[in-house]
Amino acid sequence: MAEEYWRWTESRWTNPDIDWKKGDIITGGVDVGSVSSQAVVFVDGELYCYGNTRTGSNSPDSAHKAMGLAMEDTGMSLTDLQYTVGTGYGRVNVPFGTRAITEIACHARGANFMYGPTVKTVLDMGGQDCKAIHCDPRGKVTNFLMNDKCAAGTGRGMEVFADLLQVPITQIGELSLQVEKEPPPVSSTCVVFAKSEASSLLREGWPKEKVIAAYCSAMAHRVVTLLERIGVEEDFAITGGIAKNVGVVGRIEKELGITALKPKIDTQIAGAVGAALFGDALVKKERKKG
Amino acid sequence: MIANYGYKDGSGDYFIAIDTDRCDGCGACVPMCPSSVFMVMDEDPNDPMREEPVAVVADDQRKKIKYACAQCKPGGDRPPLPCVAACPVDAITHSW
Ligand code: SF4
Ligand code: SF4
Repeated sequence: MAEEYWRWTESRWTNPDIDWKKGDIITGGVDVGSVSSQAVVFVDGELYCYGNTRTGSNSPDSAHKAMGLAMEDTGMSLTDLQYTVGTGYGRVNVPFGTRAITEIACHARGANFMYGPTVKTVLDMGGQDCKAIHCDPRGKVTNFLMNDKCAAGTGRGMEVFADLLQVPITQIGELSLQVEKEPPPVSSTCVVFAKSEASSLLREGWPKEKVIAAYCSAMAHRVVTLLERIGVEEDFAITGGIAKNVGVVGRIEKELGITALKPKIDTQIAGAVGAALFGDALVKKERKKG
Repeated sequence: MIANYGYKDGSGDYFIAIDTDRCDGCGACVPMCPSSVFMVMDEDPNDPMREEPVAVVADDQRKKIKYACAQCKPGGDRPPLPCVAACPVDAITHSW
């Protein structure tokens, strides 16, 4: 079988400091995206565990798979979740979801938890789209913009590109920095055009890292122009899969003249984290109502 | 919140912004729009803790907003946009 260069490793984590059986409010968050799906469990407002998987052929299965991975070896089951919020592109198809909330709301809330209340601007570079969000110190959205049309600057675009160049996706970023001189960006970040442009550059004899640099730089420029519409106020954080690509992140930072906060946990789980936190807030709200 | 719906492409920026702090979901913009761009939701999908109705740009319009609005935006002198004129609280703005 040919190597699948686009494939990134699935992962999971359990917080060793929490005994979930002693928890009062236990909530789930599931983010079913077009490329990847994540599930997290929060116990009394703290992150207890997460799972990060590739999205399968349908949303319900992907939601189960992600939550199954998150709960692996924890002794937890779906019935332990008091409230589960679905988000992402497949959010209304989470079979064990109590309700669905948009990615915009969840990413802001999740970034606020992951990076702290000083975060004012969140750039989410997901599998299929790109969102620029401003939020207040509580993680509430104050301004947002979502590019609804084009897969440029997205995880899917990067996967297609990794396959084309036969470079493992996790190495793209590093490799793109191994150029002596920054090449001009490819003229298009549209997945289809960039692919043919990159192919012709390779045929012209450009080394791989130079082609990759040109592509990362085009992707960075593309999202910077999007961000500029709403403006960038510090602190600035990037969520989603592309946040792991130093080639793109570094170029975004350079173009903006701003450094993004460094993530402590997997940047892909921000949406699911926000979803679970909304679950927590909604349980409390219901209890207050009595 | 300022909610920007639309996209940016090679030819320009095409966003409709709704100021949800102004919009009270009165619905006046909905019937005025010839392309059915707006919808009123019972609550703000991007602010789940607030339970007030609010207008949004319909999902199926977001990817083609430039074309949906073309009929209200002739070249040359532009008449007031029906949606903008209909809104009693000036919650709607267009980027182009
Ligand atoms: S400009 Fe015309 S078509 Fe566009 S949203 Fe306003 S009323 Fe609808
Ligand atoms: S007319 Fe204005 S206030 Fe009324 S629903 Fe439309 S945008 Fe909101």
